[in-house]
Amino acid sequence: MAELRTGSGPVLLLLLLLLVSVGSAIHDAVSGTNGTNVDPHHQSNSSGTKKPFPVLSFNYDHVRMPFEISLWILLALLMKLGFHIIPRVSHVVPESCLLIVVGLLVGGFIKAIGEEAPILDSKLFFLYLLPPIILDAGYFLPIRAFTENMGTILVFAVVGTLWNSFFIGGMMYGVCQIESAQLGAVDLLSCLHFGCIISAVDPVAVLAVFEEIHIHELLYILVFGESLLNDAVTVVLYHLFEEFSHAGTVTVGDAFLGVICFFVVSLGGIMVGAIYGLLGAFTSRFTSHTRVIEPLFVFLYSYMAYLSAEVFHLSGIMSLIACGVMMRPYVEANISHKSYTTIKYFLKMWSSVSETLIFIFLGVSTVAGPHAWNWTFVIFTVIICLVSRVLGVIGLTYVINKFRIVKLTKKDQFIVAYGGLRGAIAFSLGFLLTNSQVKHMFLTAIITVIFFTVFVQGMTIRPLVELLAVKRKKESKRSINEEIHTQFLDHLLTGIEGICGHYGHHHWKDKLNRFNKTYVKRWLIAGDRSTEPQLISFYNKLEMKQAIMLVESGSGAKLPTTVSAISMQNVQPKEAPRQRVIPTISKSREQEIRKILRANLQNTRQRLRSYSRHDLMIDPFEDNMSEIRFRRQKVEMQRRMSHYLTVPANRQETPPVRKVCFEPEHQVYNYDAIAIESPRGRDSRPTPSSPNDVSLLNESPQKPNQSSTTRAAGDVELRVKTEDEQEEQDQLKLSRCLSDPGPNQEGEGGSSFRS
Amino acid sequence: MGALQSAPGQPEYTDLAEKTGCPRFSPCVFSVSFEQIAVLHKRFKQLSHNEETLRRDHFEKIPDLACNPIRAQIIGAFFDKRNYRQNGEGSVEEIGFEEFLVVMSHFRPPSMHFTEEQREGIRREKLRFLFNMHDTDNDGTITLEEYRHVVEELLSRSGALGKETAKSIADAAMLEVASISMGHMEPDEFYEGITFEHFLKLLDGFEIESKMNIRFLNMDTATMCK
Repeated sequence: MAELRTGSGPVLLLLLLLLVSVGSAIHDAVSGTNGTNVDPHHQSNSSGTKKPFPVLSFNYDHVRMPFEISLWILLALLMKLGFHIIPRVSHVVPESCLLIVVGLLVGGFIKAIGEEAPILDSKLFFLYLLPPIILDAGYFLPIRAFTENMGTILVFAVVGTLWNSFFIGGMMYGVCQIESAQLGAVDLLSCLHFGCIISAVDPVAVLAVFEEIHIHELLYILVFGESLLNDAVTVVLYHLFEEFSHAGTVTVGDAFLGVICFFVVSLGGIMVGAIYGLLGAFTSRFTSHTRVIEPLFVFLYSYMAYLSAEVFHLSGIMSLIACGVMMRPYVEANISHKSYTTIKYFLKMWSSVSETLIFIFLGVSTVAGPHAWNWTFVIFTVIICLVSRVLGVIGLTYVINKFRIVKLTKKDQFIVAYGGLRGAIAFSLGFLLTNSQVKHMFLTAIITVIFFTVFVQGMTIRPLVELLAVKRKKESKRSINEEIHTQFLDHLLTGIEGICGHYGHHHWKDKLNRFNKTYVKRWLIAGDRSTEPQLISFYNKLEMKQAIMLVESGSGAKLPTTVSAISMQNVQPKEAPRQRVIPTISKSREQEIRKILRANLQNTRQRLRSYSRHDLMIDPFEDNMSEIRFRRQKVEMQRRMSHYLTVPANRQETPPVRKVCFEPEHQVYNYDAIAIESPRGRDSRPTPSSPNDVSLLNESPQKPNQSSTTRAAGDVELRVKTEDEQEEQDQLKLSRCLSDPGPNQEGEGGSSFRS
Repeated sequence: MGALQSAPGQPEYTDLAEKTGCPRFSPCVFSVSFEQIAVLHKRFKQLSHNEETLRRDHFEKIPDLACNPIRAQIIGAFFDKRNYRQNGEGSVEEIGFEEFLVVMSHFRPPSMHFTEEQREGIRREKLRFLFNMHDTDNDGTITLEEYRHVVEELLSRSGALGKETAKSIADAAMLEVASISMGHMEPDEFYEGITFEHFLKLLDGFEIESKMNIRFLNMDTATMCK
């Protein structure tokens, strides 16, 4: 798997295998002894019976458990790191495959040295490894796409899984009847049980593969939504068949109870999740003084939702999803920006670790577990799984398309069918089987199907997607125009439905929104944010993002694509009063933006060789900027500053710069100097020579004495007085961002160097 | 025209079906089916209290529209001659069932059997409808003032957030349109407004043909016309 040309891969692998074997060896060595004291350096001879003081002792048992866990996690992450260093392999083969292979290798290695390889314990899987992945998926679920396709997703999840289970179970029973296969011991119930385990599409595997191929959102949400919602069906069927196999006989009453059970499990799970979600949202309303623990509330409430659902054998996955979905809009309105980032990153981190561990453990368990290989059974399982999936998707799509506005094309159907991957959930469920007779055979078959889907389907789906020219995900960011029109369209369609007298999808959505706004938001969102309409919050978020991006791009990040060479003056009618209108954002939001900017700017102080409004965009910041170079620049700049001091600042002859790149040397000056000088008022602030060279926008030469007189140092005033026609929207944003006392680059030419 | 379903006793509907069917590009393959026409006619009679024409006050009496922030624009769209597919301009005071049907047919979804060209035609038609709703003074461009008005209306139900926020949102949006359409402008150039072509470009990725549909008009029709 690792190319020999790049030496890091195999070295890494070897190192890790070494680590693991050391771990196991250590474990083995001290398994019998407790608290062994070894003092190799002790030389002195003690007097009589007194034991010498142990200088160096060895006690592995003490830390064994956390040590091994950490070692495993470290191994997983180092592997993940290794794959991304080797670009070629990771482009062809999805990460999940590579991780399974690593697991296989590690398992083989452990077995080779005679150790007992750890198996993917079901409890470990369901209680610790699965929830982070599901929470991550549920919290960031694209709600709009999900609810619009809810009907389709439900049909695929429920009916599709039922079809799969019974078809596979039935066909396998038929296969078992074949004389030559020697499978007579397998009865119908066991087959059905097996069918329901293997039929469920696995969210972990789907996420792992689909995340890398970037297909159209509709397809992604269909397959992924199906994998999430089929958990209820799987849970019910699994327990049903388990009970039946113990009881021995099945009556119609039992089947009827099974149906009731399904509704209880799914709706109960959702309800539990919703309750916890609302609790979490309500709690977040009061966390304005303890921002640090805000993320913890989100995680803990969600985890509790999952565990509570599992207590009653309700669908834990649906509970978790419901909790995340319910909580998110309110929590996001309440928590600080940093907490939001923390939540995002922690969820991504945990789900990433979990996923990696799951796949590695799958590989290890494959090597470790007892296998009972039966050619007929396994081969037929694989084939029948595929056939069943294809038939199911085609049949269901035919029915669904009658009710859909946007029909599913053949290409879509193919991707949905091909994306039905099985994964670790099937394995863990199989592992929980109690009937040991057929358990090993089933496990082997399950593992084979998992390997087949993950390897064959996972690897080939990307070239197939490209071959079939399936629509890819739209890369562009959501623009304000699209947001405006989305809202407009919502209202329009609701209105038209009202005119038609047809109470459709939009009507109910509108009613729900209004209910949400009038009652729910007031309870769950703190302060005045509860009345903020979606368009405004979207706009504010956009502004904040752009502000942060502008600041960070001073350290070399890429330009935001929305910034262009068009300025507000091109758009605004000339006759209109030149008022600089700035939306009033609330004080707290202001504070937040300012804090973020200040933090960022302060951080960049050490790194930046210069901060000027002018090379905000162009400075190709190198990370390994050496200190010496920095100092050299400082010296150089100071020289220039002294030069500027003697020259009138009114350099109007420089033509307006259209491009965003230009010579940095002329405008370089030290951020430090500015920060130091700012308390002395803006007069002494060094300004670049050509006030025209505003990088962002097409500005015409500015009047020399433009001054934002409200921008005294330390002033937190956001509103700037009426200026002339050159105030562009972006400069507006920029100035708003930069009103933070600090790099106040409102160098509209006027302020000259007057020391 | 081609093969039309001949429903007994509804000869007047064939005429109407033709009028609503054809987008700018021919051949048209979809028109509102007879069941849909019948349902809409029933609704029309209900709204107009069995009169022959609908007026604005009939629309204003609809309770569901009362809390819609863009109610005025929606009602206006029904009385806007530009939406009648006859290249007219201006607005009328009352409409008959024919016009009602033509406006409603803007909300039909594209059939699965459409070619790319026909889909494009449907897209243009829907976007034209939206454009007409924004461009209230019929001059072919959406100026900044008109766009501001749109945003204000959208936010009008949301309480006292002031005209300033709406203005700045509209300004930001306009700036974005200008950047996308024009790319680069001289400082003394002035961007007059969003023309229809710019509007098309702006909402290029919006997939309006899948979004701007009323499910009620979704019934698959067999009516074809050449």
